[in-house]
Amino acid sequence: MEVIVRNLRIAFPSHQGMAEAVRGVSFTLKKEKLGIVGESGSGKTLTARSILRLLPRQARVEADRLEFDGIDVLRADEAALRRIRGKRAGLIMQDPKYSLNPVMTAGAQIAEAWRAHRGGSGKAALAAAVELLAQVQIRDPRRVALSYPHELSGGMGQRVMIAMMLAPDPELLIADEPTSALDATVQAEILRLIEDLVSRRGMGLILISHDLPLVSHFCDRVLVMYGGRVLEECRASALARAQHPYTRGLLDCLPSLVHPQRQLPILERDPAWLGP
Amino acid sequence: MNSSMSPTRAYLLSDTPQSRRQAGLGRAYRGWLQFRRNRLAMAGLLAAAVLILASLAAPLLATHDPSAQSLPERYAAPSAEHWLGTDEVGRDLYSRLLYGGRITLGMVVVIMVLVAPVGLAVGTVAGYAGGFLDRALMRLTDVFLAFPRLILALAFVAALRPGITSAIIAIALTAWPPYARLARAETLTIRNADFIAAVRLTGASATRIVLRHIAPLCVSSLIVRVTLDMSGIILTAAGLGFLGMGAQPPMPEWGTMIATTRGEILDAWWVPTLPGIAIFVASLAFNLLGDGLRDVLDPKQG
Amino acid sequence: MSGTRDAGRSPARFRASLSSLASVPITLGGLILVTFLIGRAVPIDPVIAIVGDHATPDVIARVRLELGLDQPLFVQFWIYLEHLARGDLGHSVMTSRPVTQDILIFFPATLELATTAILIAVALGVPLGVIAAARQGSRLDQAVRVLSLAGQSVPIFVLGLVCLLVFYVKLGIAPGTGQQDVLYEGMVPRLTGMRVLDAALAGDWDAFWDALAHLAQPALVLAYFSLSIITRMTRAFMLEALAGEYIIAARAKGLSPARILWRHAFGNIMVPLITIIALTYAGLLEGAVLTETVFSWPGIGLYLTGSLLNADMNAVLGATLVIGSVYVGLNLLADLAYRVFDPRVR
Repeated sequence: MEVIVRNLRIAFPSHQGMAEAVRGVSFTLKKEKLGIVGESGSGKTLTARSILRLLPRQARVEADRLEFDGIDVLRADEAALRRIRGKRAGLIMQDPKYSLNPVMTAGAQIAEAWRAHRGGSGKAALAAAVELLAQVQIRDPRRVALSYPHELSGGMGQRVMIAMMLAPDPELLIADEPTSALDATVQAEILRLIEDLVSRRGMGLILISHDLPLVSHFCDRVLVMYGGRVLEECRASALARAQHPYTRGLLDCLPSLVHPQRQLPILERDPAWLGP
Repeated sequence: MNSSMSPTRAYLLSDTPQSRRQAGLGRAYRGWLQFRRNRLAMAGLLAAAVLILASLAAPLLATHDPSAQSLPERYAAPSAEHWLGTDEVGRDLYSRLLYGGRITLGMVVVIMVLVAPVGLAVGTVAGYAGGFLDRALMRLTDVFLAFPRLILALAFVAALRPGITSAIIAIALTAWPPYARLARAETLTIRNADFIAAVRLTGASATRIVLRHIAPLCVSSLIVRVTLDMSGIILTAAGLGFLGMGAQPPMPEWGTMIATTRGEILDAWWVPTLPGIAIFVASLAFNLLGDGLRDVLDPKQG
Repeated sequence: MSGTRDAGRSPARFRASLSSLASVPITLGGLILVTFLIGRAVPIDPVIAIVGDHATPDVIARVRLELGLDQPLFVQFWIYLEHLARGDLGHSVMTSRPVTQDILIFFPATLELATTAILIAVALGVPLGVIAAARQGSRLDQAVRVLSLAGQSVPIFVLGLVCLLVFYVKLGIAPGTGQQDVLYEGMVPRLTGMRVLDAALAGDWDAFWDALAHLAQPALVLAYFSLSIITRMTRAFMLEALAGEYIIAARAKGLSPARILWRHAFGNIMVPLITIIALTYAGLLEGAVLTETVFSWPGIGLYLTGSLLNADMNAVLGATLVIGSVYVGLNLLADLAYRVFDPRVR
């Protein structure tokens, strides 16, 4: 399983012409954990979603190469894309309050993902859903399966989301800010869960976040994005030796107990980072 | 930004307005630009403007006296003499349509002038005061909201003498509740805002807060609602006229004109149909206009 | 750490439904009060309004006594309520029958008309709205939007007249006014008051087709307005639902477009849609008044306009009260449906 992105460009029509949200992003991904870090508006969500071509209708996508395991995502038709989505790659989104269907039970949504790609009867799918809920460490899987999303806490909802996306047993998991909407205590749990499941199933992972230390902790490689571009790409272990002033700025403004400072340095944005 | 823009346009579109007036005008201008892009809404605006102007200028535009009868010429087909033909007693249809526009639009305007302020007042007071006053006012609003507008208007007009005044009062009585509801909903959203708390801290009385701070913010959604409602009220007023409960003959109200001539639909079909088209165009114009206004002023409701 | 919040299912839902139900007597009470006031306080001489200009002096005196017009207003109201509780809506000058009996005779025809109209409107409007939303911006979508807008602006009585002109007079493919051809008058025993149903129940298929043919035009005319509203609201709701994050999640699951459209998006709008349909049905009652007048359809609308022309106050108020009550009832149903079907409110 290999994802190849070369010179990805995504733009949206606006009153003043085309607004470029992603300007020439390139990276490759094999069976590893890639973290994409950036602030809001850096284009990280769009980049990740473009792999499955899940962009809004008005988006204009162009790339020299955009391939999922050899399949040209840009030129594939909807039917071909549907064979990738779910079955070969899953997407976890930020807030389960909105990303889960409010009028379907958790179990029904997971079972639906199961049945769409593995077939079988409704009963078998529901049983599989309960099993998956147990795998994501939910203590009372049967009750949760019969619950509606609004009856679940944030952490629970996100576990349901994970179970739902893992049901078809994909090769790649894209986690778009999976913990940003959760309490701090739950964040670590969910991330460990994701890391555990991904490792055990031998999946690739793209973890998107605005939290640099978090990403560096859980991923093998890190991509730093700003203004629609990739400013830096390095191994997570080598992050402390990052070159780009933006990355350095992000690292420097993190409070540290080991090297306490009187004042945290302020990140000075250089317009040159937005490129030509 | 284009350096070849005219100074007025630059003033209006500036990102850093220097005065409240500039900010207000700028917002209005931007709203206008957005409105202009909507072709249907512009069509509605144009049609409504034409209707209003034609009604106002009726004495100048009419070719005949709308009440001048001429029995030998009954049900005449459209000709150079009578552009749209004549009705059942030989009156010029074109002139009657023009004057009918005055009646219809006049009724609608009077109703709106009565209904919108009352609804706004009830809604903002209920929303701001809360508690028992709120519940009582909302109960009252709900009761009137639950009545079928036309039916109640009919009953009311029947009790009074059928005519324009009764029709106006009757429609107004059932038309105000949605505005109260709307104003209350807006007030509830605004009332907890920080700037209201700030004004209250400076010692402003409740009346002042409601009048000068809350009410103006409700106005834009109220305007949208009024415009959209106008189309429905035009239909209701015409319906009353059609049932003989609105403006009475010989007044050239469009609905009344249809009622008195519907028997002739076989032979002189244009006589009852043309007023019908007029009603349709008027209602459609305000519908389009209201839709366009809503897209500009109240996008989340679209 | 507890993961599941118990939303307190049954008690909260019950309490909310209870408050809905509680508001009904107040609303009905208001309706009764308003009709009473219209009947007594508004006219110059309430008695003349009821008995007409040509009544003899002793009739006038009797009615005056009956209504208790020499008593204070609230005593009159009490008398009015007493009559209502007995089902006595007074006597109609126009038909010389008790108003209640009149209403029982005329109401079924309106029910037949309104129900047929709403069924047409829902059967056509909902799919149209869904498809228009699914193909937003397409030709079909634009056509649907324009037609809905036009449908809401057309005066129903004009549409009715034009249809009669075109389909009955010029093209001759539709029958004329009335519920049935004169030929079939009195041939089908009256069971429900709905000719189509009665004819089917009696097995008289000629009469059945005739009744159906007569029902077609007024039902379609009445349906057009509600069709426009239902289509527009369905489309608006669907567009909102399709913009939701869970739709992206559903797409990410690799589900088919049809499933996403119907099971996920449409599934989310069913509840507000039912509310709209119930409210539209209530609005049809008003449209029925005008449509019945145009097509001489013997329903409560025609009864109301007839009594208006005859200045028959009892009949007018009686019909108003009945129509108003049905309207209130439908509003309540819409509200309850919302509470029953939306899992979030549970």
